[in-house]
Amino acid sequence: MSAAKRDYIRPVDFRSGRVDMTHGGGGRAMAQLIEELFLAAFDNEWLRPMNDQAVFALPRGADGGRMVMATDSHVVSPLFFPGGDIGSLSVHGTVNDVAMSGARPLYLAASFILEEGFPLADLKRIVESMARASREAGVPVVTGDTKVVEQGSGDGVFITTTGVGVVPDGVEISGDRARPGDQVLVSGTMGDHGVAIMSFRENLEFETSVRSDTAALHRLVAAMLAAVPGIHCLRDPTRGGLAATLNELARQSGVGIRIEERAVPVRPEVSAACEFLGLDPLYVANEGKLVAVCAPEDAGRLLAAMRAHPLGRDAAIVGEVVADPHCFVQMETAFGGARVVDWLSGEQLPRIC
Amino acid sequence: MRYVDEFRDGGLARRIAERLALAVEPGRRYNFMEFCGGHTHAISRYGVTDLLPPEVNMVHGPGCPVCVLPIGRIDNAIEIASRPEVILCTYADTMRVPASGGLSLMRAKARGADIRMVYSAADALRIARDNPAREVVFFAIGFETTTPPTALALLEAVREGLPNFFVFCNHVLTPAAIANILESPQVRAIGTVPLDGFVGPAHVSCVIGSRPYEYFAEEYRKPVVIAGFEPLDVMQAVLMLVRQVNEGRAEVENEFTRAVTPEGNARAKALVAEVFELRRSFEWRGLGEVPYSALAIKPMYAAFDAERRYGIAYRSVPDNKACECGAILRGAKRPQDCRAFGTVCTPENPIGSCMVSSEGACAAHYTYGRFRDAPQANRRGAEGAKERASPAGGESIPPAHRKPTEVA
Repeated sequence: MSAAKRDYIRPVDFRSGRVDMTHGGGGRAMAQLIEELFLAAFDNEWLRPMNDQAVFALPRGADGGRMVMATDSHVVSPLFFPGGDIGSLSVHGTVNDVAMSGARPLYLAASFILEEGFPLADLKRIVESMARASREAGVPVVTGDTKVVEQGSGDGVFITTTGVGVVPDGVEISGDRARPGDQVLVSGTMGDHGVAIMSFRENLEFETSVRSDTAALHRLVAAMLAAVPGIHCLRDPTRGGLAATLNELARQSGVGIRIEERAVPVRPEVSAACEFLGLDPLYVANEGKLVAVCAPEDAGRLLAAMRAHPLGRDAAIVGEVVADPHCFVQMETAFGGARVVDWLSGEQLPRIC
Repeated sequence: MRYVDEFRDGGLARRIAERLALAVEPGRRYNFMEFCGGHTHAISRYGVTDLLPPEVNMVHGPGCPVCVLPIGRIDNAIEIASRPEVILCTYADTMRVPASGGLSLMRAKARGADIRMVYSAADALRIARDNPAREVVFFAIGFETTTPPTALALLEAVREGLPNFFVFCNHVLTPAAIANILESPQVRAIGTVPLDGFVGPAHVSCVIGSRPYEYFAEEYRKPVVIAGFEPLDVMQAVLMLVRQVNEGRAEVENEFTRAVTPEGNARAKALVAEVFELRRSFEWRGLGEVPYSALAIKPMYAAFDAERRYGIAYRSVPDNKACECGAILRGAKRPQDCRAFGTVCTPENPIGSCMVSSEGACAAHYTYGRFRDAPQANRRGAEGAKERASPAGGESIPPAHRKPTEVA
């Protein structure tokens, strides 16, 4: 009777290997991918037992408090762009959605939909970038899932992340709390992410020094709340840009908002790129910026707290909340006229003339 | 941003506004049509009307390339795109224009047609090179601005011997449209559309030059001032038009000297002449059939002509009954005069083409100006802007029926 040989498992080929259907099939290949890639990258005490769920304790003092949960799917194209990639973006996006309630983000869950044929080297790069972003943010990925779809049914990789957090007592932040007289602040320059992405899109490639602003904003939010616990609204102006966010806040609160074009910070490179693409920076996406609304007497302190934080260096007061039953967002143009800043209709499409 | 901010300077704008206020003769109305959608867009986006005196009335013209495309032509494009071998390449603006049967290129794409948005004819050419097994059709639309690049792409395809590149030509001509408006009964006989002058096209004039407008100035006694697409260009052009009207002149003046010459761009014109010939007639949305107003591909380049290749037969389709795009494109109505405006017709669900392109009069008013229709709304613009003066007749108009300044 011969002794059973020890299993030899060939390591996953992260150099030239590709995702195939077995990586999502529930068999040995899937287990191996999870162990060698996801577990290795995200390694933490909640993930390590390899259960289908994570069991975690709430921070001391949080029992009986309010929890926040947010989820966000990421389908960005291209997957890698100046300043980030879909991995870091999927962490920042959800951390920010949790943080915009004023909450401290605690844990993340991540779900991957991979397309058959996707290079494992790229997947590794994405997962490692995600792990780095999660470590830097101090928000661990504690559970996850992986599915593989047939070639042609996906666009390389889709990542959905879900986050939970705890709201400190006394913090009441909601999009319906803007009141006439309130001041509107932004944490920095508008449109960086969208322009960085567009500069890499197929058939649009143009050279620019603009990088995506993708960043986790929860520490900036904590610094802001330390200065002004009574912030009324917070929101990150992602898709649809500042224009969409202001319109959302105006509608939720049943108010109008007036901003001043000159006060909105935009990098010269971003306005130049928008100029030749026929786009408007107010509608271009951001991934590391926030919009805050607070009482007029708090605005000075809030602005100072934002500017003292590296992610709020270019913060500015851009406008104010007004009474308006039509919930219009209006802008005084740098030219000296006035106009509506409307919702984006459809996608922002380039003009031809 | 250099070379751009200079033309959007608020301080300079105020200075021109002061000069304009002094130049207009009290009680006189100045009705100027800005032909181009580019001007319409600039006027709305920068709030130019807030700086114009109440005597000046801007009338939107038909110069929005997407808006003037009739439904039948979009139907043709969808028909071509629905062939399995075809990749249809189109400017993004055209994607949402409503076609027959509730379709649009966007919806045809969702149903499986291979339709790709491109920034230029050259992009379509590249797609043809990259997909030798497919037939790549460029949906060519636009005025004289976009015509030379189409000609260039076609000639490049000829040079390379690309067998799978085709052009569906819908290029139209500016002077023919201006003549059509000036000949229309509303302008000539009935006088329901008073027109005292034109802000002439910017980019179109870079190609065709300022000379083609001399005919209008002379024949119809209408001043034309060619202007750039920046808001200061528009202000300056209005000032020049007001001066011409006051002095009883009807001349072609050029505000856009940094780009427009009397002769235009000879090389671009030669390219167009090489590839295209005049169509006997072409249907425009709003203007109907306009003789000699569009271009077709010359027979010698028939091998690249999508209309010939797919045997496209044109069928005119009437606009939705509620849609006033026709009257709006002729300057006879304002967007908010249309019952569909802002109700069933919005940028998300456009019924008419003027609501589709950001250069369209309806989309520009909906997106940037509709707060002016709501007098009770708290407006900052009103502080700097004038209240509308009563019209010459003296009767007061209830606020809800007041003409918003920028679309009157």
